[in-house]
Amino acid sequence: MMTGMTMAGQELSQPMTPAPYLVREVAKETPDTFTLLLQPENGGAASSSVNPADHKLFEPGQFSMVWVFGVGELPISISGDPAKQDRLVYTVRSVGKATHALVSQNVGAGIGVRGPFGTGWPVDEARGQDLVIVAGGIGLAPLRPVIYHVLSHRQEYDRLVLLYGARSPRDLLYRKELATWARQRDTQVLITVDYGGLSWRHHVGVVTTLFKYARLRPTRSVAMLCGPEIMMRFVARDLEAHGLARNQIYLSMERNMKCAVGFCGHCQYGPHFICKDGPVFRYDQIAPLMDKYEL
Amino acid sequence: MENLERIIAECPFFAGLDPVFLNLVVGCASNVRFDAGSYIFKEGAPADTFYLLREGKVALEIVAPPRKPLIVSTLDQGEILGWSWLLPPYVWKFHAHAVQNIRAIALDGKCLRTKCDANHDLGYEVLKRFVQIIEQRLDATRLQLLDVYAVA
Repeated sequence: MMTGMTMAGQELSQPMTPAPYLVREVAKETPDTFTLLLQPENGGAASSSVNPADHKLFEPGQFSMVWVFGVGELPISISGDPAKQDRLVYTVRSVGKATHALVSQNVGAGIGVRGPFGTGWPVDEARGQDLVIVAGGIGLAPLRPVIYHVLSHRQEYDRLVLLYGARSPRDLLYRKELATWARQRDTQVLITVDYGGLSWRHHVGVVTTLFKYARLRPTRSVAMLCGPEIMMRFVARDLEAHGLARNQIYLSMERNMKCAVGFCGHCQYGPHFICKDGPVFRYDQIAPLMDKYEL
Repeated sequence: MENLERIIAECPFFAGLDPVFLNLVVGCASNVRFDAGSYIFKEGAPADTFYLLREGKVALEIVAPPRKPLIVSTLDQGEILGWSWLLPPYVWKFHAHAVQNIRAIALDGKCLRTKCDANHDLGYEVLKRFVQIIEQRLDATRLQLLDVYAVA
């Protein structure tokens, strides 16, 4: 058992020991992406294995290390509502052996969870401002907790602008919620796909093409981006062109996280470890690294 | 005509255009409407017009048998639809399908081409504006080709 370590000034409890959880629901989002709802095996409130005393289960933007016993461990962003303390929700795309094993779990199966780890989205700093959320593909999952948070604290934020791009209509996550969010006050939801069938009624084109329809107020906005890295690079460039400063733009980065506490070095990104310095970074911290080959 | 001139002058595409040139452009313009579901133009037909979209969404469709037709881009209010009228053989390369009811200003391409040929300063101004749009759409197409959401 690891003891006596600190992270961000806080004593770590048992960051390497997974807590036992049970799969309560598995919902199909797209042909290859599923959302899993986990609850603690002991039936109580879920808790952080990193800091059990913390009254918050997780911060929007943080991730867990999820164990599929006998198969492996995966870093997965938490995609559920931070106000719901009895559960952890993950949206997972089945792309390899471990992710396939995870999304194939039956209800009632046991899963191990370490975390939460990493930095979250700046929901406190963004109070009183417009939130511009730009998501691509499964990148909407780590941003969904921010949307839940903003919609449940609506008076604390100004406009919410969500720009969401996916490959095709069948690849869109959370379709019902997208429709619900679009009906909320002071909320603009724009959806685009790279190609659509003739019945598609939203936009077609890359996500950056949505900026011309978004009601942006650059001087009073905080932007949060998550999606393929190249998409985020182009989005950040376009946001700058629209007048946002680099310190108003935040991105969630992804690398091969293993230990999740900054020891193993698998997720090193220039001078940063994605697992503990990220995954959420301010753009001015990492912009010079984003066009470096093989970083 | 006065109304048309005001609408065209307020369109970002023509922002900053010399009033003399603006007057020449207005001479080629007319108001048009298309019902939702109708086609504004079809692939292979003569391209003799372009449109300033004032209201509604247009889908650009490509027919790629044996696949079903695909929407490859959409255009909305404030955007320009069509540049095939600029270059020979003046033939549309896509279908333009009105997704919603459309209100637009139609500009007669042949009329404008003739005026641009006669007045190269006007031609340069028009081309500069179209090149900017072509560049933006080429950029977007390149990103689309990267297929960024595919599994790495």
